[in-house]
Amino acid sequence: MRTAADTLFKSLADPTRRALFERLSRDGEQTVRMLTDTSGVSQPAVSKHLGVLKHAGLVRSRHTGRETHYSAQPRALAPLIDWMNFYSRFWHNRLDRLEDLLKRMDP
Amino acid sequence: MTTTPATRSVLIERELPYPPEKVWRALAQGSLIKDWLMDNDFQPVVGHKFQFRSTPVPNWNGIIDAEVLLVEPPSKLSYTWGAFGLGTIVAWTLTPTASGTHLRMEQSGFGPDQDAAYKGATYGWQKFIGNLERLVAGLE
Repeated sequence: MRTAADTLFKSLADPTRRALFERLSRDGEQTVRMLTDTSGVSQPAVSKHLGVLKHAGLVRSRHTGRETHYSAQPRALAPLIDWMNFYSRFWHNRLDRLEDLLKRMDP
Repeated sequence: MTTTPATRSVLIERELPYPPEKVWRALAQGSLIKDWLMDNDFQPVVGHKFQFRSTPVPNWNGIIDAEVLLVEPPSKLSYTWGAFGLGTIVAWTLTPTASGTHLRMEQSGFGPDQDAAYKGATYGWQKFIGNLERLVAGLE
């Protein structure tokens, strides 16, 4: 769980990878060539980013002939959503305590 | 608990009926931080490495490793927050209002975005988070 979340965070820390992932989520399966044509970065760079996303479980690939097709796997976002839900509850609780402290403090 | 894009972003804002100087003390004095957050050896000095310590639980030793990144009394404070193998950043912003202080807390796992070479990647992390719910909702 820890390792999965850490891998997930690192893979999504890069804006190019977030854009690739979001495009695959929005538009469905794409080939590396299709992703490269509209990306503004080189095919090796796109392939490298896709490899990182694949390692994190965020995309899946399949081969037909010379083409590699990539598709998004949004279920892999679960550790990220768990993390945000956990910290959202945590900070709401702590800020309630902060407000309680402020009531008790000297002006 | 309801889940909205706002809560998913781990961005929390509160209106407090106290001046920023008072809220700042609660955020930046170790003994006061202990009262509402956790035991700590915090010092309001950029680069100071410290720990938040709470009761150990199964699978967690109760320690959060932190380092002060920014101290601008009484308006900005941020530090790293490392726990469960994840390095994150907690940033506090205090803005004076007519009735006291607007307090904003944001926890980010990622730090500031680098320049993006990829066309269409001009949006930031917050927007991505905002879209998460829609992405996940479309699964089933």
